Amino acid sequence: MREGPQTVLAKDESTLVSEAKAGNFAAFEELVNRYEKKIYRLGLNVTGNPEDAEEVLQETFLKAFQHLANFREDSRFYTWIVRIAVNEGLMKLRKRRSDKSVPIADDVDEEGSIIPREFADWRPNPEQQLAQSELESILSNAARSLPPTFRTVFFLRDVEGLSTQETAELLNLTVSAVKARLFRARLHLRDELTKVFKRGET
Amino acid sequence: LITCKDVINEISNYLDGELDEDLKRHLSEHLKKCDDCQVIFDTTRKTIELYCNGELYPLPDPVRDRLHQALRRNCQRTT
Repeated sequence: MREGPQTVLAKDESTLVSEAKAGNFAAFEELVNRYEKKIYRLGLNVTGNPEDAEEVLQETFLKAFQHLANFREDSRFYTWIVRIAVNEGLMKLRKRRSDKSVPIADDVDEEGSIIPREFADWRPNPEQQLAQSELESILSNAARSLPPTFRTVFFLRDVEGLSTQETAELLNLTVSAVKARLFRARLHLRDELTKVFKRGET
Repeated sequence: LITCKDVINEISNYLDGELDEDLKRHLSEHLKKCDDCQVIFDTTRKTIELYCNGELYPLPDPVRDRLHQALRRNCQRTT
C-alpha cells in the first residue's frame, strides 16, 4: 500500500519536536498547524478581543520557536505552549485593565455560596433550532460576560479538558481556587444561556 | 438530609465525579425528588456540552496566513 499524506500528519509529536529543535522549520510549522486553532481560541477566550488574540497567537509561536531549546519534554508540547499563550494573554489583559477597557461583571466576583437566578427548564435541543452563527454569538456573548480568569478556567478545564491541577499550575492558582472559579463560571454561563433557551422563548 | 443550597454548592464537583460515595448518593436521591435542582443539574451539563461541541472562535484564514508569514520571516532566517 502506498503511503498517504497521513504519514506526515501522524508523525509522532516528540519526533517533530526533536526535528524542530534541530532547526527543521517544516517540523516546527507542522506543530504550529496542529495547535494554531486551539491557541487562537485560547487567546480570544482570555483577552476577549480578536486583535489581542491574533497577537497572542503570533507571540506564542514566535516565543515557542525562540525558546524551543528550553522545552524539556517532560510535559506535552501543547501544555508548554498553552502556558506561553496564557501568560501572553494575561499580560495583554493587565495592560488593558490599566486603560479600564475591560469591564468586570459584578455578580460573580464575590466569594461565598451563589444562588442560580434562573430556574426555568430549557426547551429541548435549542441548538438544533439555531443557525451555527446564531449559536456562536449566544455562547460568545455569555462567555464575554464572565471576568477573564473565570472564563479562562472554564475554557481550560471544560473545553480543552486540562485537569484541575494543570489549570491551577498554568494560572498560578490553588486547586480549590480553580474549583471555585469553575463552579461559578459554569453556573453563570448556565444562567446566561437559560435567559435565551428557556421554554416559551423563541 | 441535604438542602437545595448544598446540592447547588456541590453540583460542579458532582458533575466532575469528585464527591465521595455517600454524598453522591444523597445528591442523586435529592435530584430525583427536586425538580428545580434537577433542572439546574441538567442545564449546567448541557451548558458545558454546548461549549465543547461548538466550534467557537474559528481561526480566520487571513489571521492564519499572517501567523505563517510572521513565522517564516522571523524563524526561517535563523535556521
